[in-house]
Amino acid sequence: MTSALSLRPSLYEETVPGGGHTSFVLKRGQLLRITDLEGGANVSLMLLNAAEKSERLNLPDSLKGQHTAKLTVGHCLYSDMGRVLAAITADTCGWHDSFGGVLSATEVQEKYGAGRYQELRNSFFRNGVDNLLVEMGKWNLNLQDLLMVLNLFSKVTVDSDGCFHFAEDNSKAGDYVELYAPMDTLVVLTALQHPIDPNPAYAPKPVQLSWSQVAEDGISVLCRTSRPENGRAFHNTERQYI
Amino acid sequence: MSLIHSPRHAEAAIFRATIGAGEPFLKEVKAGQTLRLLDLEGNQAVDTLFFSASNPRERYDVQRTLRKQNRVYLTTGTVLYSNLGNPLLTITADTCGRHDTLGGACAQESNTVRYALDKRYMHSCRDNFLRASLHDGRLNKADISANINFFMNVPVTPEGGLTFEDGISAAGKYVELVAHMDVIVLISNCPQLNNPCNGYNPTPAEFLVWD
Repeated sequence: MTSALSLRPSLYEETVPGGGHTSFVLKRGQLLRITDLEGGANVSLMLLNAAEKSERLNLPDSLKGQHTAKLTVGHCLYSDMGRVLAAITADTCGWHDSFGGVLSATEVQEKYGAGRYQELRNSFFRNGVDNLLVEMGKWNLNLQDLLMVLNLFSKVTVDSDGCFHFAEDNSKAGDYVELYAPMDTLVVLTALQHPIDPNPAYAPKPVQLSWSQVAEDGISVLCRTSRPENGRAFHNTERQYI
Repeated sequence: MSLIHSPRHAEAAIFRATIGAGEPFLKEVKAGQTLRLLDLEGNQAVDTLFFSASNPRERYDVQRTLRKQNRVYLTTGTVLYSNLGNPLLTITADTCGRHDTLGGACAQESNTVRYALDKRYMHSCRDNFLRASLHDGRLNKADISANINFFMNVPVTPEGGLTFEDGISAAGKYVELVAHMDVIVLISNCPQLNNPCNGYNPTPAEFLVWD
């Protein structure tokens, strides 16, 4: 599902190279578009309340509240305080994964072999745990705050026996997902391969980040009304500003 | 779904405690010991978190645990991994068949989202987790991450749907785990009344430990 092209001036754009990590506050009323530039990207994402960072993305609450294991357009990403850290207002690839998590340094070495800075310089093999931890450390967060992460652009299905299957080609070049922030949300992300992507080579893909200001939050109507739970989560979010 | 029984007898347990409906519980279990969670009256979700006793920042890691077994449900043979990549415990017996680890714990705030704004003041698992953690002193809110819901049935469909279904547990069903390191076991015997996870009737559970 795509969002209509609108006259929404872009505030800023930046490309995150494969293996890169970054963090920033997505301010209330801003929209972040994340675009898979080459196809096959994966972005591991963590969200927190920028004003009170003990309030964090709670994927279990997000999944059970919306009766879904996958996340796509119309869904909200809830905090543990029952608020909407981000609403998925557009999504052209249709499925984002909540199962896979991120690999540690040890797991990356087991999967891809050694890839040290000493030989590879900035092409060294990064891992999601350390990348997210480094970004979180910049905000005085730590290992306790590394919770379940969402893996954007990746699809993992569950068969009738409960086994996982990684869907290749879930995301094509140009696919994008948009996150609308109804509150000031600290976004922490890294562009690395999905942990159960069967590709044996370390080859993380770049993504583009594009920030825009939303004039009014009509953009969130779909998310607000897609389920009654989301209406109440938006209510809890807006109560912060009374 | 295969059901694996345990040879252990309750009379030989070195520790037994009944956790009342809706109550918190925190207990240390030593490396090599086996613990059993027993659903005394049936259909009771037992929300559980595990931590390393020597370093409580090391805790159960749902995504690593699922990834390593390549399956979404927990049952006999499942190794519960920590956020540092170490095995915390292994499920050695399970007469229920599968357990959820995606549904998280109920909280006052999530109750307002899931049911109605005025459900805020009902008792919840997160209240129990916080109460037990803060009195114990080694754990606090930041340590509370995605938990295991023993005896809870949350099927995931191939299309990505997720629902809370009537329990597949029954009176006398149990799950046993052997600890690979000294662990803190943090439990909320779920007080949720708004969905079928407890059959709308929260009941006691028993906690047993063997050397």
